[in-house]
Amino acid sequence: MKPCHYSCGSAEHVLSRRHFFSSLAGAGAAAIPGLDFFSSPAVAAEMSSRQKRMIVINLAGGLSQLESWDPKPGTSTGGPFRAIPTSVPGLHISELLPKTAKVMHHLALVRSLNTNLPDHGKGTYLMNTGRRQTPAMEYPALGAVVAKALDAGGATALPGHIIISPKGSGGRSADSAYLGPKYGSVSLDGGKAPQYTERPASLAEEASICANDIRRKLNDRFALRRRTAQTDAYTQSYEQGLELMRRRDIFDITKEAQKDQDRYGSDDFGRHCLLARRLVESGISYVRVTHSNYDTHNENFNFHLEQVGDFDGPFSTLVTDLFERGLLDSTLIVVMSEMGRTPTINANYGRDHWGKAWSVCLGGAGIQRGAIIGATNDTGTEVKEREVDAGHLFHTYLAALGVKSTRRFDIAGQKVPMADPAFAPIEELLA
Amino acid sequence: MPADPKLAHVALELAADARGLMACRFDPTGKYLFATAEDRSIYRWDLAAAAKEPKSKPTAFSAHESWMFDLAVTADGQTLISAGGDDQLIWWPAAADAPAPIRKVKAHEGWIRSIALSPDGKQLASGGNDRIVRLWNVADGAKVAEFKGAERDVWSVVFHPGGQWLLAGDLDGKVHQWNIADGKLARTFEATQLHGFETGQQVHYGGVRALVISPDAKWLVAGGLHKGTNPLGNIQEPLALRFDWESAKVARQHTTTYKRERIWAMHYHPQGFIVAALGGAQGALVFWNDAADASFHTFALPGTARSMCVSADGLQVATTHFDSKVRITKLTAKA
Repeated sequence: MKPCHYSCGSAEHVLSRRHFFSSLAGAGAAAIPGLDFFSSPAVAAEMSSRQKRMIVINLAGGLSQLESWDPKPGTSTGGPFRAIPTSVPGLHISELLPKTAKVMHHLALVRSLNTNLPDHGKGTYLMNTGRRQTPAMEYPALGAVVAKALDAGGATALPGHIIISPKGSGGRSADSAYLGPKYGSVSLDGGKAPQYTERPASLAEEASICANDIRRKLNDRFALRRRTAQTDAYTQSYEQGLELMRRRDIFDITKEAQKDQDRYGSDDFGRHCLLARRLVESGISYVRVTHSNYDTHNENFNFHLEQVGDFDGPFSTLVTDLFERGLLDSTLIVVMSEMGRTPTINANYGRDHWGKAWSVCLGGAGIQRGAIIGATNDTGTEVKEREVDAGHLFHTYLAALGVKSTRRFDIAGQKVPMADPAFAPIEELLA
Repeated sequence: MPADPKLAHVALELAADARGLMACRFDPTGKYLFATAEDRSIYRWDLAAAAKEPKSKPTAFSAHESWMFDLAVTADGQTLISAGGDDQLIWWPAAADAPAPIRKVKAHEGWIRSIALSPDGKQLASGGNDRIVRLWNVADGAKVAEFKGAERDVWSVVFHPGGQWLLAGDLDGKVHQWNIADGKLARTFEATQLHGFETGQQVHYGGVRALVISPDAKWLVAGGLHKGTNPLGNIQEPLALRFDWESAKVARQHTTTYKRERIWAMHYHPQGFIVAALGGAQGALVFWNDAADASFHTFALPGTARSMCVSADGLQVATTHFDSKVRITKLTAKA
């Protein structure tokens, strides 16, 4: 396939290495220019050598902040669990996280999140886009934004936005909004490789090569006069598909050393964390792993005992593994849900939906190790210090990845803010 | 005076200072009633005083660093033992003005969900999330034995009336029977209908929440829930499985007209029927006998129950509730 020309010609796309780094300096030491710059292959090549990655652990249903990052033992809302010390002096978390407690010096907590959206759908949208849902505009998911922002370029690159869940659809999702299908998520159903990435046995390899050669020639001829972003996306999807077929083994965790398979464990979540590490190590920009389910209106404590217990081992192993491989400084890790759970315990030992005062854990690339941002009151019913919105977090994720979050996407000539301009990064959380 | 479930009525409501009452136990001498609460306190009511003045304040005391999931009181009424989510068993002077711990024993790793006194009152069995059942000397708190075999959390423990067997029901719905003398696992009752793994929510749900043996040792009954189609959303139905002791086969599957409930506690009444406390959507007492799967009587409670205990004379059933109340239901004619 020939290189792209339709977007070239502007001064922005003719950057030299010197220009690239001088603009870095101008934007601050940690900041990489926004998407206005990214369509330049020269810039992309520079970026690929210092590529950042992001892993999101999505605890679906709404993790209880009281049974995890912000315990309130001995209070009317505290529940039965105790708080335990961590590797960060003075920081205590729930006793359900004994292994994570030992790696907290690699991580940070935001304990003052007030999204005030006690709803699965709206909360998911907010945490995943950094914006409240509105009929006026569909915003791209965090994974799509990160995939585009960190896109090293090249039509044959692997997909940058991967979602691993116990029960996925197995296909590609339309969650990239105006960023286009290239950045839509690819779902790995049960941690398996993407659908249709094996050449059918009935199709000989030579025939496949021949068919693709013909396709490329026809595409190139068509592109000479009628090339658009849409035709490029079409072409790119084929090339990406071929790349997925060629590198299908990156989805196969049995290629990992047995000791690594053992330490992540044989449960779904452990296997999926290992797969996430393998994928970011292979160059995937964004991987989200879902662990389900935390929507504990009933018997919250029994179910958190089970679920958080299943989370603790693989997650702490992931943090340790990334650190040992030297990947933690370039990989942002975020543990989030769509909301928290009520401090008040209901008649069936449950906790209900809650968005007023809850927590997110994050660490790795660009994050100050051991930081504790904000605080809730004694019973966890209100934020009492440094209130934070999902919009702040969205900016912070981008800033931590070296992307200047106040930049804008250039969407067919229209400038669209990458993150909600009403918010800004949590500066004291950044390294 | 015999108990008559069909005369059941709430005769007394006692209030604690904390919301969310949990386990309860009558003092066998009839003087006190004890209940645990989410504020990590034990509340003690003097029943004679409470009968005169139901709003009288209970005595509160605490020492656990977690909730307490079960209580036991020795036959003489002098010693209370509490089982905590903080790994500990604590011995208390049950009748002291301001009870303080006599003895603390780190008995398990994790929650202790159930305790039971042996028929002779000399030993205490305990079981919980570490899946090990342990036996203790009541007199000095010394560990006597350990029993292994459960593969998930132990929810309930009970002694055989003859004293030679110890049984424990676990989250998997298995009831393990050990010979106390040699510690060997004798057999397992399969009550696995009481457990489910909900694949959509990826959670285990159920367990043998209550375990009782008839006084004549003819029946073992395991209670809990089934049809847990939405565990996180409190959708399940109560179920008690009646096993023939000799054959270990299910003889009855006890159900009730109350659907969105689970069995939190059961008692095998000396008169030959079972009383079970249900919690979930409404709350009720349900009565079964060995003649039918269906209940022969039900009694709606004014709120979902969380636990239950029965007085030594078998005439009073106490249930704990979320709204800070203990309700005492009498199985006799109204006064």
